[in-house]
Amino acid sequence: MEAGAGPAGMSRITVEVNGTRYERDVEPRRLLIHLIRDDLDLTGSHVGCDTGNCGACSVIFDATLVKSCMLLAVQADGASIETVEGLGDGELSPLQQAFSDHHALQCGYCTPGMLMSATALLRENPRPSDEEIARGIQGNICRCTGYWNIVKAIKAASGQEVDE
Amino acid sequence: MLLSEVGYARPHTTDEALGLLGEHEGARPLAGGQTLINVMKARAAAPDVLVDLNGIAELKGIELGSDGTLAIGPMTTASELIASQEARARPILAEVCSQIADVQVRNRGTIGGNICSSDPTNHLPPLMVAIGAQMTIAGPSGERTVSADEFFLGVYMTAVGPSELLTKVTVLPGRSDGFSSVAVGRDGTCIVNAAASANGGLRVVLGCVGAVPELVRPDSADPDAVRSAVQAAAVNPPSDVHGSSDYRRALAEVVAVRAAKQAIERAEG
Repeated sequence: MEAGAGPAGMSRITVEVNGTRYERDVEPRRLLIHLIRDDLDLTGSHVGCDTGNCGACSVIFDATLVKSCMLLAVQADGASIETVEGLGDGELSPLQQAFSDHHALQCGYCTPGMLMSATALLRENPRPSDEEIARGIQGNICRCTGYWNIVKAIKAASGQEVDE
Repeated sequence: MLLSEVGYARPHTTDEALGLLGEHEGARPLAGGQTLINVMKARAAAPDVLVDLNGIAELKGIELGSDGTLAIGPMTTASELIASQEARARPILAEVCSQIADVQVRNRGTIGGNICSSDPTNHLPPLMVAIGAQMTIAGPSGERTVSADEFFLGVYMTAVGPSELLTKVTVLPGRSDGFSSVAVGRDGTCIVNAAASANGGLRVVLGCVGAVPELVRPDSADPDAVRSAVQAAAVNPPSDVHGSSDYRRALAEVVAVRAAKQAIERAEG
């Protein structure tokens, strides 16, 4: 067994986030989103519903898109995580620029999760159809845009023509 | 949200996991966590120790036997099953898994977790009964096999005891299966669902209408025969914000007819 076995107490974990290694002591009951936001001060990932429905806390965990409110921080020991902070390198990534160009956000609360879902989708499927984009972001809820502009932005970021 | 204090262990083998489950009263296996973590947030469950199964390689993956039989590791995620070449031996498995929740939940949520949580709105319990899956359960006194018909005992209760684990789901090959549901949103929580299989006699299994999947055996896939069989089962579904008991009872006939039709068409196809 790995460190962390046994009841209660703190576990030392090592996790890589956006290419940076962090070591932290966490209680087993700590959710991954709280490690990311509160312990690592990466506040781009949001807590929306905290019940696994809204997707605002979505991150890429060992190359897989997950909702970080439904994992424990201690489960991230040894993992490599990407958050929205990892997308742009000082300036907006093409996907982020497409969100801006196509008015794919209003309040912006869902945007970090949308961007991570779109990133995961485009890695797997570089030229998705509208239907495939809709399925790719089905775990992310947006209460402002009605989704159409988000679908357009993702499609544009994939290099495909979009109707304006 | 802050969970109650909980211990945590991440064993690497099934035997280690069984040891931990036996050692700590109040220990509970953690599979994908897509149900359990939320249930813990709501304080509806407060295990003392979580035995995280994610580090146990022997519980993952899908094997296709030379006779076409599938052996599914319960820690296989829904996404892994959808992508699996082997799982195509029983295509309904991937079809139904792709209707579970959303990408993130499918990426993390497991086949065994969906089965063992035995939430009446889950997709896989009725499907497992319809296709006659066999469940291998390991415990302190060794292994035993339980058919899906006998596996689901109640809401959140299965034949897997407190110091046991589901270690394998065995499914025979076949194509003559169907599934239909009415859900909250496209792939959301099921209001009513039905799985059907026409490999041999027709089996139609209703979900969301009782504590456990409800097996009915219509004489044929003729819509009237299926409706009669569902009526004869006299289910008494719960009412909630998504639908009344009467509404669910009416929908049960509809989804049963659709699932049976799909299964039979594939049998004849």
